[in-house]
Amino acid sequence: MLRVQFWKQFFEEAGDISRFTGRLFSQWFKPRYEIAEFLRQCFIIGYKSLPLVMLTTFIMGLVLTMQIRPFLVDYGVESQLPAMVGIAIVREIGPVITALIFAGKIGSSIGAELGSMKVTEQIDAMEVSGTNPFKYLVVTRVLAATFTLPLLVMLGDAVALYGTYLGVNMSGVTSFDLFWTKVFRNLSFGDVLPAFVKSFFFGFAVGIVGCYKGYYSKKGTEGVGQSANSAVVLSSVLIFFIDLIAVQVTGVLGLN
Amino acid sequence: MHIAGSIKRTLENYGRDEAVMTIRNLYKSFGVHRVLVDFSLRLHAGESVVVLGKSGSGKSVLIKCIIGLLKPDSGSIEVLGESIPELNDEALDAIRMKIGFLFQSNALYDSMTVRGNLEFPLRRHSITATQEEVDELVKNALEDVKLAHTIDMMPAELSGGMRKRIALARTLILKPAIILYDEPTTGLDPITSREIIDLIKEVQQKYHAASLIISHDMNCVRMVSDRVVMLIDGRNYKEGTYDELIQSNDPAIKAFFE
Repeated sequence: MLRVQFWKQFFEEAGDISRFTGRLFSQWFKPRYEIAEFLRQCFIIGYKSLPLVMLTTFIMGLVLTMQIRPFLVDYGVESQLPAMVGIAIVREIGPVITALIFAGKIGSSIGAELGSMKVTEQIDAMEVSGTNPFKYLVVTRVLAATFTLPLLVMLGDAVALYGTYLGVNMSGVTSFDLFWTKVFRNLSFGDVLPAFVKSFFFGFAVGIVGCYKGYYSKKGTEGVGQSANSAVVLSSVLIFFIDLIAVQVTGVLGLN
Repeated sequence: MHIAGSIKRTLENYGRDEAVMTIRNLYKSFGVHRVLVDFSLRLHAGESVVVLGKSGSGKSVLIKCIIGLLKPDSGSIEVLGESIPELNDEALDAIRMKIGFLFQSNALYDSMTVRGNLEFPLRRHSITATQEEVDELVKNALEDVKLAHTIDMMPAELSGGMRKRIALARTLILKPAIILYDEPTTGLDPITSREIIDLIKEVQQKYHAASLIISHDMNCVRMVSDRVVMLIDGRNYKEGTYDELIQSNDPAIKAFFE
């Protein structure tokens, strides 16, 4: 009985999110274009996430290098450390970790902000004031999340690789030029492009889930908290699913 | 200014005894729960009508149907000659410029200053005004509610009563022909509540707008109503002036006045 209930809820929610996404695409290209609000959201979502993304990816690059080094030393291939960590960061760890950080910070903030606007009737007030709240609040936020996450991933990768460079030099000496030469010599177009493309999907997932959870927040402050929480949980799970699909697609396209 | 002119013309078109809003046989349900059942109402130019009912009786649903935030299941809502449920988005925006709505929760935008909150409806309704004209309208609306000094403050910095007055200023900024008040004194202390009631009366005198006030605050009902409509179980249970209703022997009506 409980299992039936679970699947019923699961499919209902999946259907609701699909309808919400369909509504987003139907409004995406229609005027009026909320350019100013989109740019404001890019600033809030992108620029204000930058310090957190840079700090976490730097530590990630450093720690990853320190943990992999002993294993490579045992096999006598320590010189391959920059190449190995570089590929791991650019292909997989950089986009996924940045997206998870992004889901935690931005997914929860969008969910809580829209949820709070919903329960305090600000969304209704917006509609009464001649504004399509779906366009003004949802389309701008989803677009901003979709287009800023890939930029954050690129910057995060660069900072993580700098952390790797410092990690490499903690137990040896490798010049800056040699380090980057080793990283880039082993990186191919097939490593960079799929990672870059999938980060657009990660950003879209975080944006749409945060907006959906907030926009349909139930009444009351408890509902706002639940919206923020479930936005983070669902968008994090979706990031892993998208990653799983992306690796299959790149495999089929011969980019693995 | 373009919009002020159009509203002035709208008001001139309606004489004192003419209905600016006519609701006929309105039905609205949520699932199996019937909220409004065959509800009808007429609001005349310059008149103040209070819809009185207990919590959950469908008062807020009624007001949201009038402004087009909810679609009724059946029945008609005619506002300033336009049938609200049949309007497309563009026409609905145009008619909403002539209807002010004071939300129960004030609904001030947390992320904007008081100035931003007041400018928002002006900018969003594509009103052709210079920055100087917008500044003047904002200043005048804030002076009407005696809160000119709060112009650069955030809503979070204001008290409950101040937020209510700022919300009223935002409602007044487009000089509406009809003002809808959703429980304007709910959650306020008796002194602030009295201030808001006085302010509503001042607004009525200054703007001559027709007012539909949703309330269960008997003090508010007594002081601002020309006419009271009792909403019980989603129906017009009784209609009359405050003095007529207070003398009623009907237990359902007496329960409100005791």
